[in-house]
Amino acid sequence: MNGRAQSLVAGLLSLLFLGVFLGIWHLATVPKKQAEAPVDEYSKLLGKGAKKSEGFPTLSQIGEAAFTQLKDPLYDRGANDKGIGIQLGWSLMRVGAGYALAILFAVPLGFLIGMSPVLYKALNPFIQLLKPISPLAWMPLALYTIKDSSISGIFVIFICSVWPMLINTAFGVASVRRDWLNVARTLEATPWRKAFEVILPAAAPTILTGMRISIGIAWLVIVAAEMLVGGTGIGYFVWNEWNNLNLTNVIFAILVIGVVGMVLDFLIGRLQAAVTYVE
Amino acid sequence: MSAMKCICGAHHSQEEHDLNDRRLLEAAVMRALFPNVARRRKFLASVGASTAGAAVSTFFPFGALEAMAQEKGKPEKPDLKIGFIPITCATPLIMADPLGFYREQGLKVTLNKTAGWALIRDKMLNKEHDASHFLSPMPLAISMGLGSAQQPMRVMTVQNINGQAITLHAKHKDKRDPKQWKGFKFAVPFDYSMHNFLLRYYVAEAGLDPDTDIQIRVTPPPEMVANLRAGNIDGFLGPDPFNQRAVYDEVGFIHMLSKELWNGHPCCAFGTSEAFIKENPNTFAALYRSVLTAARMAREAKNRPLIAKVISPPNYLNQPETVVEQVLTGTFADGLGNVQKVPDRADFDPFPWQSMAVWILTQMKRWGYVKGDVNYKQIAEQVFLVTDAKKYMAQLEMKAPASAYAKVKVMGKEFDPSQPEKYLASFAVRKDV
Repeated sequence: MNGRAQSLVAGLLSLLFLGVFLGIWHLATVPKKQAEAPVDEYSKLLGKGAKKSEGFPTLSQIGEAAFTQLKDPLYDRGANDKGIGIQLGWSLMRVGAGYALAILFAVPLGFLIGMSPVLYKALNPFIQLLKPISPLAWMPLALYTIKDSSISGIFVIFICSVWPMLINTAFGVASVRRDWLNVARTLEATPWRKAFEVILPAAAPTILTGMRISIGIAWLVIVAAEMLVGGTGIGYFVWNEWNNLNLTNVIFAILVIGVVGMVLDFLIGRLQAAVTYVE
Repeated sequence: MSAMKCICGAHHSQEEHDLNDRRLLEAAVMRALFPNVARRRKFLASVGASTAGAAVSTFFPFGALEAMAQEKGKPEKPDLKIGFIPITCATPLIMADPLGFYREQGLKVTLNKTAGWALIRDKMLNKEHDASHFLSPMPLAISMGLGSAQQPMRVMTVQNINGQAITLHAKHKDKRDPKQWKGFKFAVPFDYSMHNFLLRYYVAEAGLDPDTDIQIRVTPPPEMVANLRAGNIDGFLGPDPFNQRAVYDEVGFIHMLSKELWNGHPCCAFGTSEAFIKENPNTFAALYRSVLTAARMAREAKNRPLIAKVISPPNYLNQPETVVEQVLTGTFADGLGNVQKVPDRADFDPFPWQSMAVWILTQMKRWGYVKGDVNYKQIAEQVFLVTDAKKYMAQLEMKAPASAYAKVKVMGKEFDPSQPEKYLASFAVRKDV
């Protein structure tokens, strides 16, 4: 089977899986016989017969929710009720800020650690200790010290994105081939030139790998952080709909989160492909 | 903790503050009467300052002027952020937004829906919010530095009385006697909440020790129904609309309304920090009037359906209107197949009874949240602003009680606020200290 045929079959299989999944969903949630119109006051108070969604949402309900949300993504009906577009914007802004700070911190520091085996050994225990801490565990501490919930959110993104970048940068820099460094030394390149023209390009694919891992984690964490802190963002959106036990909107938001995460990963993936080289 | 101070905090007592205000005002009038400095000094020197003041005040309505100067002053800070939890307890402070009561007082308020009570506390401590919806024990706890950094918080009004319930999972329909609840898991919104104290009181009366015989978990109100459905908890003593929501979603039933435990008990409060009051006395006054106006409207049964309509949308409670309406009107399905009619299921008496604060403190001590001697009266009077409440209620022609203390009955047992230690000693079940 050649490459093209393989992709075709894979694509068809994907569609098949999707079809099976949606089919099962549909069968599992197919609406039961509509209850007769409410007869007594009690069932009226329970909202029977009205447009009350019972049980797990059906596919058409999800479609309807998606349509309403996407039709007007930028509406603003007060501080606590904004469209999905605005919420996404807030989340992306927080992720962007925390992530950018993490790059500014982790890449230079990773460089330094990678170039100096002593520093690497000295800092390694700290990195290993701090790396596995759930970023959300920092939240109470951040709220207490930073005294601002929005900046605390950004801090949490920073702290979760920093480790993969730091470790990968250090690793990438440390494992630049000796020959290349020796060539640079023979040519008497200045340290600056050595760093930017030899080490950086050589370590770039590894650094980008770290960044790709980080963006994935950052996007995972922002949803949880916003559910915790509230106010704005896609995480808040999920939380607010959960309050109302509105699973339809929650599922819609989950889909949106997935799509955005995929796009972010794709973008960094493209960047990674651009700096990858073949020896 | 600071001693009793005046409203602006710069004077040792409210009287001194008032006196000082009066002097400033007199000086201003004097300046207006005698614009020439030399002539004014001469007049004052010849008759004496106090005589001059008295003379002027006979034909000058200082009292009224004073009130005007204090009351209708332009808010120092018109743009305010106020935190709230999406529950019907917050009805007055929420409805004041869509119904324009804040605007009426020259305030531009942004209501921030907040994810839980710990965050409500932190955002007040951080000054991210200017004023906030609280559980009424919270300002006491924060002012005492319990469970947080100590910062003086003040209760301006009680938001609501009654309006809570014990909701049990539908599978416990045959376990209506709390003696059968050994091993149950319950959720309450926060440690420092009336819910926690009332639930503890209730099971203790049935002979259970709330610390060992049942499990009490802190769960944000919105998550209570989801946890009940999942079977993580057997029930909760929680705020509405979540009791009614559990019925509406057919996962639980209302075992008992909190008014059956203590009719007229406080639940949530509206408050701000002492620092905010000091810095923004006019804003404080305007805020007071807005929330009291809302409370006055919310007390009228005939307004409840309208109120349910304006506070149900996604921007506020984000709940089905019928659920909120059942809570506010008191005509509700109880989850057992009955329609109950309890018009005072929820009510919104804003008066911050200091006796309520004393009761809360006794329970905090009873369950070990505070250890050692508690100066009940002093703390209650510092935190629950009765003088201000009376003043602003009078301005709005609302009836305020003369005394800030009243005897109440909790589950048939009398509580005398002047004897907190005796009351505390009368409980068989309590945490050993």
